[in-house]
Order: sequence, then C-alpha cells, then structure tokens
Amino acid sequence: MSDSSAAIEVRELVKTYAGITAVNKVSFTVAQGEIIGFLGPNGAGKSTTMRILTGFLPGTSGTVEICGHSVAANPAAIKRLIGYMPENNPLPDDMRVSEYLHYRGRLKEISRKKLGPRIDEVLELCDLKRVRHRIIGKLSKGFRQRVGIADAVLAEPPVIIMDEPTIGLDPHQILIVRDLIASLRGRMTVLISSHILPEIEMTCDRVLIINQGRVVAAGTPGALRREFLGANRYELEIAGNPNDLAAVLTSLDPALVVEKASDPDADDFRTIVFTAPSGDLREALWSALSKDSRFRVRGLGRTRHTLEDVFLAATKRSWDATDKPTAPVATKS
Amino acid sequence: MKHFFTILSHELRMLLVSSSTYIAAVLFLTLMGFIFTGILENYSQTAEEVSPAVVFFQLFWVPVFFMVPLLTMKCISEERRLGTLETLLTSPVSTAEVVLGKYAAAYLLYVSLWAATGGFFYILTYFAPNSSFIDVGPLLGGYIYVAVSGLFFVAIGVFASSLSRNQAVAGILAFAMLFSAIIGLKFVGTLELIKADSLSPVRGLLNYTNVFRHLQDFSNGIVDTRQLLYYVSGSALALIFSILGVEAKLLHS
Repeated sequence: MSDSSAAIEVRELVKTYAGITAVNKVSFTVAQGEIIGFLGPNGAGKSTTMRILTGFLPGTSGTVEICGHSVAANPAAIKRLIGYMPENNPLPDDMRVSEYLHYRGRLKEISRKKLGPRIDEVLELCDLKRVRHRIIGKLSKGFRQRVGIADAVLAEPPVIIMDEPTIGLDPHQILIVRDLIASLRGRMTVLISSHILPEIEMTCDRVLIINQGRVVAAGTPGALRREFLGANRYELEIAGNPNDLAAVLTSLDPALVVEKASDPDADDFRTIVFTAPSGDLREALWSALSKDSRFRVRGLGRTRHTLEDVFLAATKRSWDATDKPTAPVATKS
Repeated sequence: MKHFFTILSHELRMLLVSSSTYIAAVLFLTLMGFIFTGILENYSQTAEEVSPAVVFFQLFWVPVFFMVPLLTMKCISEERRLGTLETLLTSPVSTAEVVLGKYAAAYLLYVSLWAATGGFFYILTYFAPNSSFIDVGPLLGGYIYVAVSGLFFVAIGVFASSLSRNQAVAGILAFAMLFSAIIGLKFVGTLELIKADSLSPVRGLLNYTNVFRHLQDFSNGIVDTRQLLYYVSGSALALIFSILGVEAKLLHS
C-alpha cells in the first residue's frame, strides 16, 4: 500500500479533543504534483487535518506520511518538506515585507547567498514588488494574503498546504492567487482548503469533500458530479403543443423526466427543464425537433451542475448517514 | 541550535522597535537616576559607612518588578495571540530554539539596560573631587550579581508569557512570581512560625534562597557557587517549564 511516489498519504487518521472527534478515520492519498482541493462545512475538520499534516498537532491515531516520511516519527524532516499557510494567515504586524521574508527564509534554512535572489523571485511571483518595503500591519488584506503565500512557497518545498488562501479577497485578487497556484502545478504538490467552490473547481485536479470528520467524497469535479447528481439536466425553449413534445421526448429516452415546464410567454415559447441519466442528448434532440414542423425551437442547452450542488449533495448524504445511528458523531463546533 | 541566532537577532530587532521596551527603559533609567541622586544627596549631608554602590544595588529589586514583565510579557503570548506561533513552529525550528532565542534576547536587553546605569558612576567619578567615592569592588560585585540574578528573573518572565495568550495576564503573572521569589521568600523567612527547631531545614532553605543575602555576598566580593547554582538551576527549570508549557498548550489546543 505504501507508495513512494505519493506526496501525501493519510491512513485512518483520527483526532479527538477531550472526547470530541474532530477527524474520524480519514484516509486519502495525494500524488506528486497534484493540486488538491479540500472542501467542507465549518467545523468539518479541514483545518485540524491540515495541522496534523504539517506536524503542528499530533494525531490521536492513524498514520500520515509526507513524501515517504512519517509525520509522527520524523517531524523535523517534515517541516523541511512543507510550506504551510495557516488559517487566517497570521503575520507579524511590525515588520516590513522583505524583512519578514528574509527572516522566514533564514528559518527555512535557505543559504544567505541564495536568499536574496529567491526573495526577489517570490516577490515577483506574488506581485509584491511594490510593497516590499511596506510594513505588513499596514497592508490591505489582499497583499497580506499574498505575503502568506510568498512565505509558503519561499523555500520551494515539495508540498504546499494552504488553509483558505482566497478568503476575504476581491475577485481580481482571487484571480491573481488562482494563477499563482496554477503556476505551481506540476512542480509542487498543493493542498488547499476553501469555501469558494468555483475557485476549487478551476484550480484543483481533484477534490476531497470532508464532513463531520470523514471524507464523504473524493475525485475529480466531473466524477463527483456524475456520482452525486448522476443525470444531465437540459433546458429547452420551444413553441408547440406540450403533449406532442412529451411523446417526442420519451421516444428519445424513456428514462427522461420533465422537471418543470413554464407557461407560454408572449411569443408562445415555453421553457422546459428535464433530466436524463444517459449521455449527452442534445444532438439527437436537436435533429429530431428541427425536422419536426410542429415545433419551433429557440434554445437548447445543458445546465452544468456546479460543484456547489455536489458539495451540498455530498454533505447532505453524509449527514443523513450519520444521523441514523443512535449515537451520532459529534463535531467540533 | 542552528536557528538560535536567527531567532535571537529577530527578537532583538523586534524588542528594539517595540514601544514597551522604551517605556521600560525610560521608567528604569529615570527611577534609577532618582535613586542615585537621592543616595548622593544623603552622602553629601552625613558620613556613611558603605560606598554608594552598595546602597544603589540594595534597591535592585524595585526596577526588576516592572522591567522584567515589560520586557518579557510579549515574547510568547503575542505569538500565540496572533497565531504566528503556528507559522514559526511549522518551519524547521524546535520549540527549545524559539524559547531560548526569545529568552536570550530579553536577557541581553535587560543586562544592557543595567549596563546603562554604569553611566551614573562614570559621571560621579568624572565630577567627584577624589576617587574615594568609588569603590570598584562592590560596584563590580553588584553588576555581576545583577547579571547572574537576571538569568533567573528573565526566565520567570518568559515562563509567565508561555502560560497565557494575553499580554497583560502574562505581565501580572510575571510580577506576582517575581514578587514571591524576591520579597515573599524573604518575608516567609522572617516569620515567627519558621523559627521552631523542627522547621530548621525549611529555615535553611529559605536562607539559601534569600536574594538579599546573595546580593550582600556579591557586593562583598564573595562569589559562592551555591548561589550561582541557585540562579542557573532556577532559570534552567523555568525555561524547561516554558518549553513544556508551549508544547502542552499545542497538544490541548
């Protein structure tokens, strides 16, 4: 089972705080160079899991290995392999950006000779050149966040763990941070947690959804969509007799379900939403309807399930599952 | 101990840009200046048996009570409150390096502030008509005593700071601990209760820990290794407890 090529390997990880189970038998593997998104509602155990991965907190049971080194047995080695940005990105208020990065670089054992050019490189990467001599306490949130990211990537560690790197940023800054994370793809393994789901979907290769201390779903966003929501949903704008239409639709796919049909608008068009479990029906539907003189079609589209839908479905399913037993698992409130 | 000097230089720099350092320095130098002037005024009126340096160092505990808390209260509690302890301890640094680096920085500052009072004696020799006012022995003894006892007092301050995330609580805790170590133990030693024969080991212990007696010995030029051991072992213990305190708080956070 032990795979030396895995960057992060977590097996049966459990963490309890004074009788409260924050992380309950979490297992997952992250391959090298992958960007992984960690999703979950508040108090799901995301931050706790990340802290255990960095060796900051000890786990109660289970094993965590970073690049083949056990976190519990060899914390000193782990700290050299990880760049970590904690939740809320704590920074000292009374230091200048370049001073802070210099101090962090020295702590991370970058030699004096290499540190200067590396700081310049990181400032460039994170677009911090303009503020390098400013005091961190006086920077705006977006800059502070990027200083935190700059610190995480400073020593070029093979694994980067960031707890909510995009929290509190404006859309423009999110874009910069997203590009920054994407630029690390392939070179470093990145584990990020976030609440902003489109964000995760755009940057991450794979998503882990965690709820009440358990992994409830894992896979690429597309695979999760299929697993949790299954059917494709279509939206059709059409004019014509609804009964005739129903016959045409069922002839195409018997398992097709019409979810809702609106009343005809001023031009006699209705918007019909339906779902079908099989593959993409659009082309077949289009050729069937355009040849038929009874109908006039104005629009046909497939609405994509967002990761948000997947997230809600996955967390709801896990709640349903854990609510059933008589002793539900407590979560960190 | 690779990172000890990195942390030490960073902490010294942080102390030098922090306002509480300057408050401590101004308060300390003003107070010591007043005390020194008062002593000289006494000497100009009546003849005294001991040199001014001896009297000056007899009051060394007054500034310790506010200076040590002001210099140390921030060191660990601030890191914990801001959350920077998390970034610090997830870089390749051990808890011992962090605590020792912060301790050494606070200690260096404490000692250098005391060294600044050397200026008073310099001014005295410069203006005094003859050098009989200055007795180098007690002066040197007093400074050595301050440097040695400072090891323990600053370690107490660091320990207090490791216990709370609130700076004010850490400061008051440091004050209370210093007060009981300096005044409290001396006071208990003078209690009638202790004078019973059966309690003679306790009396011996209290006598051993009496910082005023240590000061007197140092001023008289006696450097007793037992007294040195008291301060060195006391500071080692306080630092070990601070390291354990930081780590225990992480385990139970």
